[in-house]
Amino acid sequence: MNNSLRGTVRLLGAGLRAMLVLTLVCGVIYPLVVTGIAQTAFHDKANGSEVKAAGRPAGSSLLGQTYTLDKKDKDGNPLPDPKYFQPRPSAAGPNTENTQYSLTVSGASNLAADSKVLLASVEQRRKDVAEFNGVSPAAVPPDALTASASGVDPDISPAYAKLQTERVAKANHLPEDKVADLVADHTEGRIAGFLGDPRVNVLELNIALQKLTKN
Amino acid sequence: MSPVLAGVLQLLALFVALALVYRPLGDYMAAVYSSTKHLRVEKWIYRCIGANPTAEMRWPAYLRGVLAFSAVGLLLLYLLQRAQGVLPKGLSLGFHAISPDQAFNTAASFVANTNWQSYSGEQAMGHAVQTLGLAVQNFVSAAVGIAVAIALVRGFARSRTGNLGNFWADLVRGTVRILIPIAVIGALVLVACGAIQNFAGIHEIGQLTGGTQQVNGGAVASQEVIKELGTNGGGYFNANSAHPFENPNGLSNLFEPFLILVIPFALTRTFGKLVGNVRQGYAILATMGLIWLGFTALMMWTEFHHGGPALQAAGGAMEGKEQRFGVGGSSIFAVATTLTSTGAVDSFHSSYTGFGGGITLLGMMLGEIAPGGVGSGLYGMLVMAIIAVFIAGLMVGRTPEYLGKKIGTREIKLAACYILITPTLVLGFTALSMALAGPPDSILNTAANSVRDSGAHGFSEVLYAFTSGANNNGSAFAGLNANTPWYNTTIGLAMLLGRFLPMVFVLALAGSLAEQRPVPETAGTLRTHKPLFAGLLVGVILIITGLTYFPALALGPMAEGLS
Repeated sequence: MNNSLRGTVRLLGAGLRAMLVLTLVCGVIYPLVVTGIAQTAFHDKANGSEVKAAGRPAGSSLLGQTYTLDKKDKDGNPLPDPKYFQPRPSAAGPNTENTQYSLTVSGASNLAADSKVLLASVEQRRKDVAEFNGVSPAAVPPDALTASASGVDPDISPAYAKLQTERVAKANHLPEDKVADLVADHTEGRIAGFLGDPRVNVLELNIALQKLTKN
Repeated sequence: MSPVLAGVLQLLALFVALALVYRPLGDYMAAVYSSTKHLRVEKWIYRCIGANPTAEMRWPAYLRGVLAFSAVGLLLLYLLQRAQGVLPKGLSLGFHAISPDQAFNTAASFVANTNWQSYSGEQAMGHAVQTLGLAVQNFVSAAVGIAVAIALVRGFARSRTGNLGNFWADLVRGTVRILIPIAVIGALVLVACGAIQNFAGIHEIGQLTGGTQQVNGGAVASQEVIKELGTNGGGYFNANSAHPFENPNGLSNLFEPFLILVIPFALTRTFGKLVGNVRQGYAILATMGLIWLGFTALMMWTEFHHGGPALQAAGGAMEGKEQRFGVGGSSIFAVATTLTSTGAVDSFHSSYTGFGGGITLLGMMLGEIAPGGVGSGLYGMLVMAIIAVFIAGLMVGRTPEYLGKKIGTREIKLAACYILITPTLVLGFTALSMALAGPPDSILNTAANSVRDSGAHGFSEVLYAFTSGANNNGSAFAGLNANTPWYNTTIGLAMLLGRFLPMVFVLALAGSLAEQRPVPETAGTLRTHKPLFAGLLVGVILIITGLTYFPALALGPMAEGLS
């Protein structure tokens, strides 16, 4: 009895020492080495691909932002700013646990394909997007009607960007073909021709648009 | 190019990439686990542990090593989360201590290689818990899984001995020689794609229209890579691999499933090498590959068809999917993550079509064996192979044998116990959760919220949670609010029992096989390296899973997909 107890204690001691030494290797040395190399070789990317507009920090090209007016609709949601290209709908919310920060907690709606709530939002969004952009409801592509997985999707489909061109051009008093050229310049195809889906980065497009309006 | 063609090409590219590294990696791993040399860093680690890496262990000693190491890991990770509130701000980011039930759930989850997450990473876990706690378990729980698989393979390869190798040596070698080197390279590939790697903490960055937004910094790429490579799956962020900082573009979105699948597939080569007949490994590989390709094709088909009222209204299955991945890339990821024990997600399975959600569930219900988690996939599949030769033996009326070992009463009992554990946990806990008064309140997609007034999806949320936990997957139909004492505790138990009870039977089986003398191959021996056997194995897997879970699947995803 005493022997087996002593054996167990010795084994747990070995387990503890193994855990501590592997924590040193995998939890301290490994991340520090990777951080060191990453910060040297890919400094901007390792720090979140931050971009500037007119010399001022303007966010990360990997994170979606909102482009809204101060005015709110009847549900208290801020109205979209017609001067900017609009991102996809988002189901991300504010942080609820550690409110010393005002983070956006990434996430999706998790609503099912047969959800009443989701069906109603899709129908409402189709109406709203069509009205806002002055196009027919049938023309609105799926990415404009559905919330992304992360809630901070930085991209929209080329179809959704094209659909917004006329409205953006009008709101900024720019010729429509100039804005259309801008969209074409910012449309990224699939990587190597087949990886992922074609996309338009909304922040980069809006930065370019702002430059165009200021000239 | 049409999205469907692009999706098929991505699958093809992934297939080719896996095929290219299959032999070199499989042979390398075989060499690692049969080497008699010790690297200098390994000798130093063995000295710290106080273990003799050349001492052979019989199965009970090997098991005690696994359990002692995992128990200590569980306790340390629990304590680290409980202590978060008193850590310096540089380490905790000012986050509070995690509540006892959630800390238990999370510790169980990461030690059991599951990485179910009832917390939201970016608003709960600081640098210390993420990097010193969670990421470390990503490495070592994976190394434990591979070690147990290697012990079983040694059971087949060795004769007239009870010795299965040394647990500490297998643990350390797997970590130092396999996981860390691939992780360093993989992390840098992810950073080159745009994944972040810093210790900036939560900081403000500007916005185009004025004002600022707060974003997280952290050692994300280094954790992301081992989360995939070790088939763990716990995201740094709540959105997991859908978050652009974890998975920035279409290339990283194919690289991550590659990391998920590479070790589980290559281990079949390691197995073949170690038992002295690589064609035995190919038969296992063919079985795994067939199921994986079939599931991925089905998933793409159903997602591109976007069935279900809300997805029909939207004109595409883009709810809970990212634009840069599209439907094709997301389908590949969803199948890779649920057929292994990973559970990382680049899109949210709850918003998949009814059938798509069913495929993710069925993938986990197969027992994570096609190709399965690192190590656990191989030993799960070898247990299935034992069942398959047993059934074949019954058909022709002779004592079954596999790889020159007799499959007798003792072996079949151990294999049967192994395959009964997870279904018992899944179905038992699901039934309890549906029957009790409180737990169903956590369901998001209730019957009242369904277009068809059907509670099918809500039932799937609960079934998914326990399937994911007991099979050590960790992905979720995340509508379910699982951060309640009931789910934290029961899913925590399901994860621990679903991980370590099967290991007991696997190691006992390994010990019993290693003690046998080999039986000579005769004309009547079932050729287990032939396509016929691979076909039989696929059949056995589907029949056993089907018989076990059909009623539950019929109530959930099938009811949703067919109505």
